[in-house]
Amino acid sequence: MKPLLLIATILFSLALSAQVRITGTVKDNKGRVLAGATITLKGTYDGTVSDSLGNFSFRTFEKGEKILSAAMVGNKTVEQKINIAKENIQVDFVLKEEINELNAVTITAGAFEAGDKKKATVLSTLDVLTTGGANADISAAVKTLPGAQQVGEQEGLFVRGGAGYETKQFIDGTLVNNPFYSSVPDIASRGRFSPTLFKGTVFSTGGYSALYGQALSSALILESIDLPEQSQASASISPLFIGGGFQQLSKKKNASWGVNYGYTNLKAYFEIVKQTPDYFRVPELHSGDANFRIKTKRGMIKYYTTFGTINTGLRRPDIDTPGIKDAFGIDNLNWYNNLSWRESFGKGWKMNLGLGYSLNRDDLQQQLQDQQNNPKSFTEPWLVNKNFNIHQRQDLSQAKLVLEKKLSGISVLRFGGEYQYFWNKSTYNGYTSLLKDNFKALFSEADLYITNDIAAKIGVRAEQSSIIDKANIAPRLSLAYKTGKSAQVSLAYGEFYQKPEVLQLVQTTNLGYTRATHYIANYQRMTKDYTLRAEVFYKEYNDLVKTVPTYNNNGTGYAQGFELFWRDKKTVKNLDYWISYSYLDTKRDYLNYPGQLNPNFAAKHTVSVVTKRWVTKWKTGFNFTYSFATGRPYYNLSMNGVSGKMEIADQGTTKQYHNLGFSCNYVPTLGKSTKNFIVLVASVTNVLGADPVFGYNYSYNGARKEAIGLPAKRFFFIGAFFSWGVDRTQDAINNNL
Amino acid sequence: MKKIIFLLLAACSLQLAAFSQSEMYQKKMGETLTLLDSSKSMQDMQEVAAQFERIGDAEKTQWLPYYYAALTHVNLGWRLQPEEKDKNLEKANTLLKKAEAIEKNAELYIVEYMIALQQMTVDPANRYMKAKPVMDEALANAKKVDANNPRIYYMEANNVFNTPAAYGGGKDKAKPIFEKSVELYKSFKPASALHPKWGQKDAEAMLAKCSS
Repeated sequence: MKPLLLIATILFSLALSAQVRITGTVKDNKGRVLAGATITLKGTYDGTVSDSLGNFSFRTFEKGEKILSAAMVGNKTVEQKINIAKENIQVDFVLKEEINELNAVTITAGAFEAGDKKKATVLSTLDVLTTGGANADISAAVKTLPGAQQVGEQEGLFVRGGAGYETKQFIDGTLVNNPFYSSVPDIASRGRFSPTLFKGTVFSTGGYSALYGQALSSALILESIDLPEQSQASASISPLFIGGGFQQLSKKKNASWGVNYGYTNLKAYFEIVKQTPDYFRVPELHSGDANFRIKTKRGMIKYYTTFGTINTGLRRPDIDTPGIKDAFGIDNLNWYNNLSWRESFGKGWKMNLGLGYSLNRDDLQQQLQDQQNNPKSFTEPWLVNKNFNIHQRQDLSQAKLVLEKKLSGISVLRFGGEYQYFWNKSTYNGYTSLLKDNFKALFSEADLYITNDIAAKIGVRAEQSSIIDKANIAPRLSLAYKTGKSAQVSLAYGEFYQKPEVLQLVQTTNLGYTRATHYIANYQRMTKDYTLRAEVFYKEYNDLVKTVPTYNNNGTGYAQGFELFWRDKKTVKNLDYWISYSYLDTKRDYLNYPGQLNPNFAAKHTVSVVTKRWVTKWKTGFNFTYSFATGRPYYNLSMNGVSGKMEIADQGTTKQYHNLGFSCNYVPTLGKSTKNFIVLVASVTNVLGADPVFGYNYSYNGARKEAIGLPAKRFFFIGAFFSWGVDRTQDAINNNL
Repeated sequence: MKKIIFLLLAACSLQLAAFSQSEMYQKKMGETLTLLDSSKSMQDMQEVAAQFERIGDAEKTQWLPYYYAALTHVNLGWRLQPEEKDKNLEKANTLLKKAEAIEKNAELYIVEYMIALQQMTVDPANRYMKAKPVMDEALANAKKVDANNPRIYYMEANNVFNTPAAYGGGKDKAKPIFEKSVELYKSFKPASALHPKWGQKDAEAMLAKCSS
């Protein structure tokens, strides 16, 4: 027995002494301790995890040449060859931080990202749908964000001292020529596109990417959804409209197609809710759309088309002649097509191709009528032009190609070009003008991530327009620096050019680009439950189009201000709210202004408070939006017959603007069925019945002025939306938990 | 004498080498599973997960170590701050993919479901639409492969339980599913001592909660 015991003892001690201890530390390249890094002796079971101080230690029986590796999510794995003999081994690891999209800083100066594309979400599609008073209109919801003015008498986003036409909309990269329904004077119209078409929205209030151009002040960049989750049929019914549609997803879930149709008629509504104007043709709209989406090998092809008509006519008292009415009628047809193809080719190459064709036809007539609605004609020069017939057709064909090459880490280089062919034919009282423009642009942009904490976007864009026969080069630059776990600072600079408007080009094509220079500094702190943003900006406008004494590019201007945004989803249970504040100091000399004036669409202070409260027990959400703006200036500008110059004949400031919007959505099917979904929506704008004044119209001689207000104090809406085939119950729950 | 010792030693080590791939694996897995049961702190769980991963990496043909590594990451993930969850789940997912490359089975589909569920909870408003089909498909696949796996129904019942009654969830609706799960646990036999067998006590506790 003895020898055996001896052997056992020897063996045991041998074993102990044969064990080698491996110790060390793990840090990142900035010297920060890494806790929880995995240490592995490759090919064996041996290893450990670094402790909270970044130290590790373990024993092994292994002998000879081995590889010791240290790995940590978010850092590059390091392997080290070691030779295990008798002595203990010490290995210190430095794991370089891996730059990845999850950790990297994002450039936020000037841009409000919405949707699920990035981790930074400010507004989602659901947010647009449930913003009280916005009536599911993207622009109306975006107006509750800082930077946008509360302009109620015309459509468009008036951003930071820019006019409505200085904001452009882009869908899947390509420009949308007529994003709003054609409107009648002094009444704002809605956007053509439903928020449900999009998975992501970026509202850029300035300093945006070199991929986009021809927008002097702002860009609204929309990204359409990919394949739907399931096949479904849908219907909607309201006293205002009816609609129905179908969406089919292929069995393999790699393709889908869909069609929708809607008809709107406000006749019944106008019977109940009296309108100030006298509608001789009540607004009537037809709209249809169709789409297909195909998943390719490593990408997606999407096609969307929509076709719409609108027909309306109304009479309002003529401001110059008592007893005479202006009867204005509009007949519009719009067809929009967008085909996009994105594909990855491997080796870090990606492509985005966008093709678009749109057509817009407007027939506008105005007639002076007497009390019996019979046409009247006058010889006074200021009245002659009030009888008019305008026929206008605009076509825009375009192609845009963006190539993307991945550089090291997540840094990328993008470059490409676009071509637009614009065709406009307008006939004004028999006088016809035809405009054609071949517009070309080349652009290149690099997103450079120096570390996870510092990023730069450097871009340049060159454009040439044949109609004005001029070219431009616009540099863009932005930087972002992460100051803390969820906080960051961004800076942006850029030059922006825009062609003169069609109405100006009809007069003369001897004009140049209008130009703006943006400087923006932004601070953002964002967690899952809170968002805080503060931004200051300075913008300089140059070469704005002036119409007096002759059409020229001598207009100038500036805009400066600061903006705050606060969103909180947590503090009060089931309540989500945000507050926006904008301070704007802006002046511009453009069109017929006699000098630099605060433009009539810009208010100094604007505040919006948006609240959303979901009441589980009632299966209902209640949403309020309150907007406030200080008064806007208004002017009566007239030509001084003696000096031949424009002068301010009268001016003032409108009263403050208040608007409380409300909507509620009741979802009775919650929990009852998993396939069918019903939501009832009720909403009203201007709940408190304020009488907003957006500005004044003056008579020709300046003796009379009339306030521009709303066609009716409030807009009421009730409607029911149904869908069959898709379980969206869970959706509603999770969105509101 | 020296010679004898040397020979003995050589024989011993040879033998050790002979069952290292099976017995060592069994032994090490057994130990790590015991460690898993007793680990409470985050640090402990991370260490256990790392140990499973090392075993997986060393073995290369066993799905169980990767499975447990992924599962442990998912379980510890519930305690992380929302900002850290994604990173951790990314890790869990990498481990799951490694396990799935070896074998596809119901247990792995269940982990896939758990990962999708936790990812969704980070930002439900924006992630739900994408996560839901993934979750549904994972459980459907699990049922297809092994309809009598009690953990499938335990997962399903939990989800129903956590959904408010007003939306078709609640304990009354969850109860029959928990019952099914508990029933299946009674007859469930893990394929080996190392194969998953967790969830029975939790399912029973939840069922009791539903009945109270």
